[in-house]
Amino acid sequence: MSNSAQLALIALLLPAGAFLLLALAYPLRRSGRPAAWISILFSGAALWNAISSWRASDAETFTRLLWEWIPTEAGPLATIGVLADADSTLMLILVAGVSFLVQVYSVSYLSDETPPSVGRYYTYQSLFAFSMMSLVLAPGFVQLFIAWELVGLCSYLLIGYWYQRPEAARAAVKAFWTTKAGDVGLLIGIVLLWRQTGTFDFITLLGLVDAGEMPLAGLGVITFCIYLGAVGKSAQFPLHVWLPDAMEGPTPVSALIHAATMVTAGVYLLTRTVWLFRLTPDVLTLIGWVGAFTALLAATLACVQSDIKRVLAYSTVSQLGYMMAAIGAGFAGAGFLHLLTHGVFKALLFLSAGAVIHAVGTNDIFAMGGLGRRMPQTLIVFLVGTLSLAGIPFFGGFFTKEEVLTAVWVGGLTLPFLMLVIAAFLTAFYMFRVVFIAFFGTVSDHGHAGAHAHDAPALMTIPLWILAMASMTLGIGFAYTHPRAEFEAPGWITPLAIVIAVAGIVLAWLTYQRRVVDAQKLANAFAPIRYAAERRFWLDDLFTWIYRGVILGFSRLIGWIDRYLVDGIVNLLSAWTLKFGDELRGIQSGMPQDYVYAVAIGVLLLVVWSQWPR
Amino acid sequence: MLLAAALFSIGLFGVMTRRNTIGILLGIELMLNAVNINLVAFARFQGTVDGMVFTVFTICITVAEVALGLAIVILIFRVRRTVIADHLDLLRG
Repeated sequence: MSNSAQLALIALLLPAGAFLLLALAYPLRRSGRPAAWISILFSGAALWNAISSWRASDAETFTRLLWEWIPTEAGPLATIGVLADADSTLMLILVAGVSFLVQVYSVSYLSDETPPSVGRYYTYQSLFAFSMMSLVLAPGFVQLFIAWELVGLCSYLLIGYWYQRPEAARAAVKAFWTTKAGDVGLLIGIVLLWRQTGTFDFITLLGLVDAGEMPLAGLGVITFCIYLGAVGKSAQFPLHVWLPDAMEGPTPVSALIHAATMVTAGVYLLTRTVWLFRLTPDVLTLIGWVGAFTALLAATLACVQSDIKRVLAYSTVSQLGYMMAAIGAGFAGAGFLHLLTHGVFKALLFLSAGAVIHAVGTNDIFAMGGLGRRMPQTLIVFLVGTLSLAGIPFFGGFFTKEEVLTAVWVGGLTLPFLMLVIAAFLTAFYMFRVVFIAFFGTVSDHGHAGAHAHDAPALMTIPLWILAMASMTLGIGFAYTHPRAEFEAPGWITPLAIVIAVAGIVLAWLTYQRRVVDAQKLANAFAPIRYAAERRFWLDDLFTWIYRGVILGFSRLIGWIDRYLVDGIVNLLSAWTLKFGDELRGIQSGMPQDYVYAVAIGVLLLVVWSQWPR
Repeated sequence: MLLAAALFSIGLFGVMTRRNTIGILLGIELMLNAVNINLVAFARFQGTVDGMVFTVFTICITVAEVALGLAIVILIFRVRRTVIADHLDLLRG
């Protein structure tokens, strides 16, 4: 009987096989549909293996398969392989599952595309599944970093799937560079850690920490650098700006990469190495504060968006902030649980938003209106996702969100706790704002797009229902069995979370459904915040300014030095040479007798010089 | 030796001052003969015949050189209608 790690390895290699097959077999890739089904087949098999791997694992121990890599005289520098334990296999199921469902969904979603584009899409999807699984199963920092960069590459390729559109191409480049800024930090952190300890391996490092032999000097810098990588990837303030723009990609891609899996890689990394971070409480506190602040900031941003995907994108940023806050409070388990449930219900939300966009042909919620009657199935699954996100009992996000809030409270971060509570209120508000505007109410005046909308075909709705079921199952399951309590929760947090969520929903209902509260007055009441949020808190401007002003200015300075100083010296030398040659030209009179004069005088001088008494 | 030096100087002076190409050629001949006298004189001082042999060679080569030089002068005259060296400044820089 094969053990957990072997099954995980099979799950890891299946998408790699699909990728190689599609990448190398040119006619297959160009064929579109067959390529899609091959990719889906491999992905389904990977999911099956992932589930088996999880069933074979247990919480206390781990299994791993290692191969030596980069041999040096003092033994191999790094190892690659798989490390399977309860956390990594759970995450593996999330990755494989969402990836499988998204691929099924995409067959229908991309039915209007040309076959070569579809083949390209599925090639990238397979590569992404492989990279993400290899990130999840990485036994050490080297493999993790390689996979980390690979998922970044896949994200870039898939955001820029419609590369003919300039916005998509720009968004892809922006996502790539912004995350790269964090990745540099991660790389520096890994190398510094290696210099301190001489190993990349998680288990060896954990052993060092447990034995109390981890050198503490400079560890704060190391953990901060590693955290920087997570800031970029998991879209934490101030590097969150790439995620909303990443919505230029196809909606299933947003669901898979920019909601469920890749953006949670940063949270996963911190969960994975939390024992390292526990040694540096200052960095942990910073993580908590930044996480809570990100959650609040993104929630306010989400309230003013009119693009359904951007609302979801900001809510993703916000939820990632929640996870980070829980990790920062010292309870990585709570953050990780929220990661899992969030992965399920956010994928659900994105995919149902995709169904809406597919039917209506626009992202603008004000152009939708009254979709609930025409797309009843989509409405139900979207509601399930929304209620999960808002944190209503018996839905997916309720338990884990409350767990995060409790963790932050118990962790002693009072002000971040307050920020998270406000963010929870805003979350319920902006999600139901979308629901009431897009699905209820009348068909809006300036939107005729929704008039002929209808539910998506079965290939799209079945994944939606599966995800909705999974979300409900998680919610109800958590209501009866608390997975593992890391702390004693004060009793008042559960009612508070429910009241806050319901209050947000009621406010949205009053504002956008009953119109008791005038939306305009509400906006005016918070005019400064609204003004700032509509301009994204000037962060994009700041980064543009940094790019334009500082980096380009520096480049111009260097360019000036090169053009006028370095080139100037070279040009001066050549000008001198030319001038000197010009002067010397005069000597060449062309008259033989002048030359004879010169030779004679030269000989005379030589004779005099040789005979000169010394 | 003094005779040779005088002859060489006269030749050199001729080469440098004559404006006519043929005059220059004559000057070169004088210089060559000065060298020949030098060679013979050295042969006498050394008591060997090497210098004499060189002289014979030089005279042979001089004959060829004069023939060639005069041929060039005649060609120049045909082309440029002049034999004055100052006018032959095609190589002026």
